[in-house]
Amino acid sequence: MQNEWIYIGLFLVVGALIPAAAIIVSAVLSPRKSNQIKESTYECGVETVGENWVQFKAQYYIFALVFLVFDVEVVFLFPWAVALNQLGVFVVVEGLIFIGILLAGLIYAWRKGMLEWV
Amino acid sequence: MTAEQILFLVTAAVMLVAAVSVVTTRNLIHAALWLIVTLFGAAVLFAMLRAGFMAVIQVVVYIGAIAILFIFAVMLTRRELRDRGPQLNPGWWLAAILALLMFSGLVLVLGGWQGLWAAAPAYPSEFDSVQALGQALVSPEAFVLPFEVASVLLLAALIGAVYIAFQRKGKEE
Amino acid sequence: MDFWRNPVTDWVSGLLVSWGLSPEAAHVLTAFLAVLVLISVVMVLDIFLVWMERKIVARFQDRLGPNRLGPFGLIQPIADIIKLIVKENIYPRGADKVVYDLAPVLMMMSVLLLWAVLPLSPILFGVDLNVGVLYIVGVGALGTLAIIMAGWSSNNKYALLGAFRQVAVMISYEIPMVVSLMIPTILAGTMGINGIVQAQSTWFIVLAPLACLVFLISALAEMGRAPFDLTEAESELIAGHHIEYSGMKFGLFYAAELLHAFTFGGFIAAFFFGGWRGPWVDQYPMLGLLWFLVKTLIGYWVFGWIRYTLPRIRIDKMLDLNWKFLVPFSFALLMFLAFMHSLLRGTEVYVLGMFLSNVVFGWVTVEILRRQARQERSRVEGARAAVNAGQKT
Repeated sequence: MQNEWIYIGLFLVVGALIPAAAIIVSAVLSPRKSNQIKESTYECGVETVGENWVQFKAQYYIFALVFLVFDVEVVFLFPWAVALNQLGVFVVVEGLIFIGILLAGLIYAWRKGMLEWV
Repeated sequence: MTAEQILFLVTAAVMLVAAVSVVTTRNLIHAALWLIVTLFGAAVLFAMLRAGFMAVIQVVVYIGAIAILFIFAVMLTRRELRDRGPQLNPGWWLAAILALLMFSGLVLVLGGWQGLWAAAPAYPSEFDSVQALGQALVSPEAFVLPFEVASVLLLAALIGAVYIAFQRKGKEE
Repeated sequence: MDFWRNPVTDWVSGLLVSWGLSPEAAHVLTAFLAVLVLISVVMVLDIFLVWMERKIVARFQDRLGPNRLGPFGLIQPIADIIKLIVKENIYPRGADKVVYDLAPVLMMMSVLLLWAVLPLSPILFGVDLNVGVLYIVGVGALGTLAIIMAGWSSNNKYALLGAFRQVAVMISYEIPMVVSLMIPTILAGTMGINGIVQAQSTWFIVLAPLACLVFLISALAEMGRAPFDLTEAESELIAGHHIEYSGMKFGLFYAAELLHAFTFGGFIAAFFFGGWRGPWVDQYPMLGLLWFLVKTLIGYWVFGWIRYTLPRIRIDKMLDLNWKFLVPFSFALLMFLAFMHSLLRGTEVYVLGMFLSNVVFGWVTVEILRRQARQERSRVEGARAAVNAGQKT
């Protein structure tokens, strides 16, 4: 029993059980009288027109791409941040170069107008 | 069987079922959700090996970023979200052969490896794997060059993203 | 792992062993019971957060708030719960029932999982993971997923639109949040949250106030609370991703949102305000729980204060604020503070030096922003003057 992740596993199980129990209790106690009107999609009383798909802007995808790049960068930086105190100033400079290269990328994307929502 | 083995078998079984569901379900969003289950299973396996950093990274990068990217991509490309496209494309047997070759290659390589059957050495107490990883990553004797090159690789990915975005914008106008 | 080794848990696991269980199984079962107790307490707390939230908003809006049921309306949340439980569960037409049911559970779970790493007192915490900070981010990813699932499975345009906006905002603000959390990590030299609290002989709010500010802003966006609650913009998107939910499932979304705010109040306390640190904690470790709760409640109140004071921000402005200000700002701050930290560490002027570095950094930022705003203004005014001159001739 050396592995501390077993406790995280327990939190995972209990954290899923309690909300699930709330929903099940409510499903047992609550009435079930469904009808056409009640089931219809809620749009402030206006009849629903067409399917529920909405053509999404490409911008969502582009922001997700930029996010992915920075997410991976952050993952690389965390071990650096933890080890910083053990090692010298040289390591700080390494990290600065690492961040600097990516900040240059961010400025490039900015200049190219990729970060505009509209 | 120890509790750990049972846990491993359950996780592996869930991962396999989810992985098969990814390719067999006809609903694209469901496929993405099953993929997330598979990826989460991998995180659980990492956690069982006490590779906490890897487990968390698996969730942060694969579920938090890549799966979201997939779902965005599905929503962008499909005109109808509940679209049921053809399940198999004509080249499916090629992929099957490739997967089979890959699997047999893995079996061949791992079958001859002693480490597969040996028990893992126990962790020394007070061992901080993240600390060790960080020192290995940035100390000049170890992996500092790959660490910096990784940043250049990410920069290349970012520029690629800008390029794709530009093509799209050009078409819209 | 002190939480799992105290008189109470030892007594319970001893009892279980005497019933014929193996010590390991008894330990796991005890831990299970302890987690159950902790999460139940958190859920009860959550019920009263509803009451607190209503009282806070009432005071901000010059009203009284719930005051009919019980003293100060304290029984009101119980009545709310009963109402939510006996309300009918409606599945909207065309909904994907399994995903639709899973989404609120996942949402609540993603918040409850955060309590596993929250250090409540020196001897009371779930797990002191050595990757605690990244764990918070990973659990946040599950919350993002829950929102997408809720929005997609409801078969409603507005739910999907709200969910997508919320997810775009959440993933964007995750970057400054993580970077601002990297600063306490550097200062403490560990990612374990209990380790970070232990390292705060001077609170990190003194060493890195700007990091705390960035964390506060990005945490607000991450939680989807006002002024960043455009996914719930009632007048345009009705209610965002949980528009089609009714009864207890809606209740779970609502409770998860409030608990999320409370939990992040806890994280702000742990990362920047010394967590359970306070007078007399060394003698009586359980006193740390009191200090922690006081700090957390103040954090929660600040979230409420911001929520009911500021108006909602448009999505393009929000993403601009993130990508064009917070991301470059937080990375530059990280570089600067990491450098100053390694330069000043161990010297006598460490605390003062770090604080002054923050002041200087903030001042330079404000100056740059001011210059840019001036340029922008003269550009706009110049263009307008040109147009006016053109009209006159």
